[in-house]
Amino acid sequence: MIPLSWLLALSATLFCIGVVGVLVRRNALIIFMSIELMLNAANLAFVAFARHLHSVDGQVIVFFVMTVAAAEVAVGLAIIVNMFRLRETVFVDEINLLKG
Amino acid sequence: MITVLFVAFAAILVVSSLLVILHRSPVASAIFLVLAFCSLAVIYLLLKAEFIGLVQIVVYAGAIMVLFLFVIMYLNLGRDVESGVTIALRRGLGWLLGAVLLAEGVLFLRHGAALGPEAPPPLDPGLGNTQQVGLLLYSRYLFPFEITSMLLLVAMIGAVVIARGRRARVEAGEAAAAGPAGPAAAGEEDA
Amino acid sequence: MNGEAPLLWLIPALPLAAVLVNLAIGHRLGRRAVGWLACGAVGLSFAFAVQAILRLAALPEAQRAAGFTDRVYTWMSVGDFSVAVSFLLDPLSSVMILVVTGVGFLIHVYSTGYMGHDPDYRRFFLYLNLFTFAMLTLVLADNFLFMFVGWEGVGLCSYLLIGFWYQRPSAAEAGKKAFIVNRIGDFGFLLGMFTLVGVTGTLQYLPMFAAAPKVFVAGGSLITAATLLLFLGATGKSAQLPLYTWLPDAMEGPTPVSALIHAATMVTAGVYMVARTHVLFQLAPVSLEVVAWIGAATALFAATIGLAQNDIKRVLAYSTVSQLGYMFMACGVGAFTAGIFHLMTHAFFKALLFLGAGSVIHALSDEQDLRRMGGLAAKLPWTHFTMLMATLAIAGIPPFAGFFSKDEILSGAFASGHRVIWVMGLAGAILTAFYMFRLYILTFRGAPRLTHEAAHHLHESPPSMIVPLFVLAVLSVIGGLVGPPLMEGGHPFARWLAPVFASGAHEGGHAAVHEVPVATEWMLIALSVVVAALGILAAFRSYLWSPETGTRLRERLAGLHRMLLNKYWVDELYDAIAVRPVHGLAQAFWRFWDTKVVDGVVNGVGYTLEGMSAILRLFQTGFVGTYALFFTLGVAALLLHFLRH
Repeated sequence: MIPLSWLLALSATLFCIGVVGVLVRRNALIIFMSIELMLNAANLAFVAFARHLHSVDGQVIVFFVMTVAAAEVAVGLAIIVNMFRLRETVFVDEINLLKG
Repeated sequence: MITVLFVAFAAILVVSSLLVILHRSPVASAIFLVLAFCSLAVIYLLLKAEFIGLVQIVVYAGAIMVLFLFVIMYLNLGRDVESGVTIALRRGLGWLLGAVLLAEGVLFLRHGAALGPEAPPPLDPGLGNTQQVGLLLYSRYLFPFEITSMLLLVAMIGAVVIARGRRARVEAGEAAAAGPAGPAAAGEEDA
Repeated sequence: MNGEAPLLWLIPALPLAAVLVNLAIGHRLGRRAVGWLACGAVGLSFAFAVQAILRLAALPEAQRAAGFTDRVYTWMSVGDFSVAVSFLLDPLSSVMILVVTGVGFLIHVYSTGYMGHDPDYRRFFLYLNLFTFAMLTLVLADNFLFMFVGWEGVGLCSYLLIGFWYQRPSAAEAGKKAFIVNRIGDFGFLLGMFTLVGVTGTLQYLPMFAAAPKVFVAGGSLITAATLLLFLGATGKSAQLPLYTWLPDAMEGPTPVSALIHAATMVTAGVYMVARTHVLFQLAPVSLEVVAWIGAATALFAATIGLAQNDIKRVLAYSTVSQLGYMFMACGVGAFTAGIFHLMTHAFFKALLFLGAGSVIHALSDEQDLRRMGGLAAKLPWTHFTMLMATLAIAGIPPFAGFFSKDEILSGAFASGHRVIWVMGLAGAILTAFYMFRLYILTFRGAPRLTHEAAHHLHESPPSMIVPLFVLAVLSVIGGLVGPPLMEGGHPFARWLAPVFASGAHEGGHAAVHEVPVATEWMLIALSVVVAALGILAAFRSYLWSPETGTRLRERLAGLHRMLLNKYWVDELYDAIAVRPVHGLAQAFWRFWDTKVVDGVVNGVGYTLEGMSAILRLFQTGFVGTYALFFTLGVAALLLHFLRH
C-alpha cells in the first residue's frame, strides 16, 4: 500500500505547480491548463482517501469533478475564442476592460 | 513493486506538469499535459481505482485536451514572448507564493492533521470497481447525477451561444423577429 | 363644579368643524355655501354661548366664581403633573365669548359682502373660522397650557390673515413682522408659565390662584418676575410698548381682519390674560404699577402718532393701540372690571369703525388715503351715520358706550391715587377725540378731494355689509348702559364680574378701587366730557371751519409733525438695534459656519472617500493575473493561520 502522506504530498505538489502556472504565465490557454492541473490534484487527493478509507464515495466525487471540468473547459474555451476575436490576443495582461 | 511504479510515474507526472507551465509553445504545453494526465491515470490504476483511471484517459486526455489542442490550432498561436520588468516581478512573486503554499502543505502533513473522520462502510469487495461506483452513483448520488446532466446541457448551450460571436447573435435575433415572413430576406443579408 | 356642565366644548368646536369641512370640500362648494357654513358655525357658537351664559346666570352668585368646567380629556399626565383639555365658563370668560362670537358673527357676515369678489374667498373663511376657534379656546381654557394653544393659534391666524394677499410683498412682510414680534412676547409668556408651574405645581387657573397667596411671598421677586414675564406676552399680543410695531403694519390685511383680529378680539387677549391672572398680579404690586404705566404711556404715545397719519386704517390702528393702553391702565390701577368693560365697548365701536372704513374703501375702489376723501356724507348715508355713532362713542361722549367705560377707567386711576396716570389718560382722551373727528371730517365732510376714478364708481355698500354696521352702531350707542356710574353697589356689569375679581382684593397685595365721594365722581365725569368736547371742537375748527388754521399749525410745528408722521422712527430704531444685527449674525453664520465648517465637513467626507477609493482603485488593475496573485496571497495567509492553531 502506498502511504497516504506520499499521495497527499504529490497532490500538494501538483496543486502548487498549477498555482504557479496561473500566476506566472500570460497566455490564457496555459493558465487554463494550469487550472486543470489543480483540479487533477484535487482528484488525486480524493482517490487517495478513497483508497485508504476503503470507500468508493471518493471516486464518485471524482467522477462528478471530471464532468464539471469538462463542461467548464467547453465554456471557458468558448470565452477565450470570443476574447481572441475581440482583441486579437490571448494574453491576459493585454485585456483590462474591467480596470477600476 | 507497486511503490516503485508509483514513484516512477509520480516523477513523470511532476516533471511533465512543470514542463507544462514552463514551455514556451502552447502546443508543447498541451502535449505535456496529456502526458501528465496519462501518468496520473496509471497512478489511479495503482490505487485500485480502475474506473476512474480509464475515465481520466477517455475524458481528460481524450476529450478535453483534444478540445484544447483544437483551440490552440484554431487560434494559430505561436511561441509566447515573455519579457519586461513587470512580468519578471510577477513571475518572481508567483514562484514565491507557490513555494510558500507548498511549504505550508508539507507542514500540514507533518502535523498529521490530514486524516479525516470515519468513512461510511465499504461495499462488497467481491464486486469490481466499476460496479461499485455504479451502485453508489445510482443510489446515494442519484440527485447530483441528474443535476450534472442538466449542467452539461447548460454548458453545451452556453458554449454554443458564446462562441458564435456578436454579429451572428444579432442576425439570429433579427431572423427570429422577422419570423417566417422573411427568412429568405434575412438570409440574403447574411453574407 | 356646579351641576351638569353645559356643552362648553361645542362653542369652539363648531368653528373648528367648519374649518374641517371647508378644508375637505370647500373648493367644491359655491361661494354662498362657504359663506353660510362659516357664518352659520359662528352664529351657532353664539347661540350656544348665550345658552351657557343663561345657565351661568341661573346659578346663585356665590357659585358663579367657580362657574362651569367642562373637562374633555386628559392631554398629558406625567408623574403628578397633568394637563387637561378643559373649558371654564365663569363671568369673565362669558363676557369674552359673547364678544368673540357676537362681534365675530357680524364680521363674518360683513365679510361675505366685502370679500365677495375675491378669488380666495374660501381660504379667507377657512382662516377666519380657524381664528375664531383659536380665540374661543384661548378665552375658554381653564389652564395656562391650553390657553397658550389658543394664544399661539390666534398668532398663527393673524399671520395667515395679515398676509392673506401674499403676492403683495408688503403684506407678506407685515405678516412676518407680526408673528416675530408676537413671538418675543410669547417667549416671556412661556418663561412666566414655567415659573408659575415650578412654584405652584399646577397650571390650572382656579387651583393656582387659590394656592398662590400661600406659596408666593407677596411682593416678592419670584411672583414679580413671573407676572412681568406674563405681561411681556401681553404687550406682544396686545400691541403695547415696546412690542406694538406690528399692529399698524397689520393693516395690510383685509379690513374685516383688521376689525376682528386687530380691534375686537385677538389684541384683547393680553387684557383678558392680565384680568384672568389678577390674583397673581395683585400679589406683585410692582408688576401692576408697570402694567399701569405702560398702559398709560402707550395710550398717550399712540394717540400722538394717530394725529398725523394719512391712511384711514393706520389712524384706526394707532387708535386701537391707544385704547388697549387704556385697558391695561385700568387693570394696572386695580380697576379690572373697568378694563373689561372698555374691552367690550371698544370691541363694538372699533369693529364698527374698521368695518365702516372698509365700506368707505370699498366704495372708493380701494382708496385709503384721507387726503383723497371728503364729502362722502351724502353719497354714503348709512356708512356715514354708523361711523358717526362709532366716532362719538370712542371720543367718550355720553350716552354712547365709550363714555361709560373710559370714564370708569379714569375714575379708577384717580381714585387709586395715580394722579399722573389720570392726567395722561385725560390727555389721551383729548387727543383721541381730536384725531377721531379729524378722521371723520376728512372722510365725510368738507369738499370732496376724490380721484376721478373713485368718484366715478362711488356707491354705497351692499346690505351684507350695512346690516352688521347697523347692529354694531346700535351696540355702540346702548352698549355702555350696562355700566352707568354712581350706582349703589356697582352697576350691572360690575356686579356680574364681581365674583371673579373679588378674590384677589382680599388676600395680601394691592387693594381694589377705593371709593370716591359722589361730588368728586361728578366732577370727574364733567371733566371727561369737557375734555372730549374740546377735542372735537378743535378738530372741527382745524379741518372744517377754518382749514387754514390747521395748515398753518402744521407748518409751524413741521418738525413735530414729521416726527409724528414717521411714528417717532421707532420701526427704524428697532430695525437698527435688533433686525440688522440679527440679520448680520445670520449672514456671518452662513458665510463662515455654514459654507466653511458644515459644508467643509460634508464635502470633506466626500473628498476623503474619494481619496480612499482612489487608493483602493489601484487594486482594480483589470488584469486577471493581479487578482489571482492577491487571491493566492489570501489563501497562503489563511493556511498560515490554520497552521498556527
